[in-house]
Amino acid sequence: MKKKLLCVLLALSMLFVLAACNGGGAPEPADDGTDTEANTPGNSAEPATPDDSATPATPDDSAAPEDGQAELSGETTPEPDTTHAPTPTNNTTPAPVEDAFKLGGTGPLTGGAAIYGNAAKNGAQIAVDEINASDSAVKFELRYEDDAHDAEKAVNAYNSLKDWGMQISLGSVTSKPAEATSAESFADSIFSLTPSASSPATIAGKDNVFQMCFTDPNQGTASAEYIGTQNLGSRIAVIWKSDDVYSKGIRDTFLEEADAQGLQVVSDTTFSDGNATDFSVQLNDAKNNEADLVFLPMYYEPASLILAQASAMGYAPKWFGVDGMDGILTMQGFDASLAEGVMLLTPFNADSTDEKTAAFVAEYEKRFGEKPNQFAADAYDCVYAYCQALTAANATSDMDAATINGLMKEQFTTMTFYGLTGTESGLTWDASGAVSKSPKGMVITNGAYVGMD
Amino acid sequence: MNFIIQFVNSLTSGGGAYQLLNHIINGISLGSVYAIIALGYTMVYGIAKMLNFAHGDVIMVGAYICFYTFGAMKLPGPLAVCAPLLAICAAVVVCTLLGVTIEKLAYKPLRAAPSLAVLITAIGVSYFLQNAALLLWSSSPKVFPSFFVFRSVNEAGETVTLRSVQLGSLSISFVTIVTIVTCVVIMLWLTWFTGRTKMGKAMRACSEDKAAAQLMGIDVNATISLTFAIGSGLAAIAGALLCSAYPNLVPTTGSMPGIKAFTAAVFGGIGSIPGAFLGGLLLGVLEIFAKAYISVQLSDAVVFAVLIVVLLVKPTGLLGRTVREKV
Repeated sequence: MKKKLLCVLLALSMLFVLAACNGGGAPEPADDGTDTEANTPGNSAEPATPDDSATPATPDDSAAPEDGQAELSGETTPEPDTTHAPTPTNNTTPAPVEDAFKLGGTGPLTGGAAIYGNAAKNGAQIAVDEINASDSAVKFELRYEDDAHDAEKAVNAYNSLKDWGMQISLGSVTSKPAEATSAESFADSIFSLTPSASSPATIAGKDNVFQMCFTDPNQGTASAEYIGTQNLGSRIAVIWKSDDVYSKGIRDTFLEEADAQGLQVVSDTTFSDGNATDFSVQLNDAKNNEADLVFLPMYYEPASLILAQASAMGYAPKWFGVDGMDGILTMQGFDASLAEGVMLLTPFNADSTDEKTAAFVAEYEKRFGEKPNQFAADAYDCVYAYCQALTAANATSDMDAATINGLMKEQFTTMTFYGLTGTESGLTWDASGAVSKSPKGMVITNGAYVGMD
Repeated sequence: MNFIIQFVNSLTSGGGAYQLLNHIINGISLGSVYAIIALGYTMVYGIAKMLNFAHGDVIMVGAYICFYTFGAMKLPGPLAVCAPLLAICAAVVVCTLLGVTIEKLAYKPLRAAPSLAVLITAIGVSYFLQNAALLLWSSSPKVFPSFFVFRSVNEAGETVTLRSVQLGSLSISFVTIVTIVTCVVIMLWLTWFTGRTKMGKAMRACSEDKAAAQLMGIDVNATISLTFAIGSGLAAIAGALLCSAYPNLVPTTGSMPGIKAFTAAVFGGIGSIPGAFLGGLLLGVLEIFAKAYISVQLSDAVVFAVLIVVLLVKPTGLLGRTVREKV
């Protein structure tokens, strides 16, 4: 009798575990909502009433040119959508908006890179709500699926978006999954514009996959150039993650450009997934070779460990990160003094006084209780870029994905887009899908990102 | 003291020797973390003769409990020094209860089953704990607070945070020192406990022959439960120290160090308490050496290759006792 009871208990716990595994942490929104501190504060208390989303009307004029396209769904009421949209759960299932384009994306909503995925999802959601509340002819229905920064899960997530009827895609948020999903969306002729997957392989050989962020080689080159021209250091150490395309891509081009800039790379060390806890060897190598600047082309999680261990061993060089470093300040329990003076290149400055940026930052802070990072801004720009392109192409939501795919390819290679990220002269895309964008230098001062120039 | 500093500084000019010393110190600090985890493994294996693969995940639970109780505590001024200690105590209590519960629910019904079944169950428990932690605490990484830092005021009146002891140009972090001291204390206590106390004797009796021990009037179930209680309590301490040294806390935090520590326990001779300590330290030093002098990518392979060689030469591990089995 006892044994039977135990068997049942074990079976139940196994089921529980399996559910947790397959869902990638997606089930039990109640549990999740209480603890995903990075993104949810203020969510439940903030049902984003229609007038909320209607107020920041400033970004609209850039994205929805008055082409006289308003006849399609001018009378659509945005209420049902906006009240549902910013739910704290992982799978956003907003109530359908009539005649809306189905816009899907995958990103790490859980896992080590969750800060990026949630930021992108939140940024895109704000843009969608604003557009749906405006008089724009193009409306969106947004759906994000969790890929836990894993290529296999990303393809599953992509497939479930396809089943849902996705017409245009926001690709994946991070590089590794994006390389997998972009191949799928190329094969399926679903147009894809990724906010932040920056590896060159994401767009290589796929004429319908575009990027909103600059590519990795671009970041490596820009970082070396920045260090060289600003005289930030002369003896450079690089610590990079050898099993990550993102890290390797940046490191390779960094070394090339460092040569051209006359920078001396005195230490070049690696780590990988299995041994990403102890960095004493790498840091000692940098210290003993008297590196005065350490370049960290990696995500924030290992970077936080490196900063802590360097501080414990009394090593204080200048630190220079890339866009993956963005998010380090929002880690729970992170001692911001460790990151004091860390420099990084990102395409977005939340402290900018630019009117559009300020409105976006205010809205984001109101909804999610924290400053948006570049991932949020990139995703926000993606949605507005889509809105502009779809409007210009006179696309309607009853078109199938392949038709829209053709129209979008034509639009994106010809249009100029003005968004939160990028420069005054606007963003353009070449046929390969790469965007013309230059990074901005930022430095962490008193626990906040401050523009360097 | 001055002599040591002079000695260290003389090495500094030497380059290679200084490097070597530095790597040994880093190796010991990594190894001390392995050692403290390995003590729990070896304890449970030595008595209950089962591999508790969930040990690494109990460590993770301990670290989370520590993280949250420390975060929730608001102690006034001078009492704040005790906060880490209280947090660790809370973690020890929770993990002890957790360990006993796991033993009661998952392992006790299998006491008569073949050891393979118990092993698989242990792996199941390990996954269960990881996924439960994923649901409870979400997977976004938490940064563990630094328990072992001292704040002092320098001449300029600024508050300086001290994280390490400086010996000339070498630095040894406080966490390492605390971990090694804790490790030695636990090792001595365990040796005394299993060797001298009545409960300890009962444990050894159970480990030798359960049936005979029962006939001698020893409550085998209670003894094994106690073993698990002690092992899990140690896991909580190990969790706090592991995360103080490497302050990144996710639901899988315990699994990799757990496997390495298990290796260390086998390396030192599983079942042997001093063996776990020695094995842990050696494994840490080996790993750092392999990283520094051979290749970061190959470091794990090198470590395991050494393990294989050691086991070929001495199948019971460095300090393991050879027990003749009667056929």
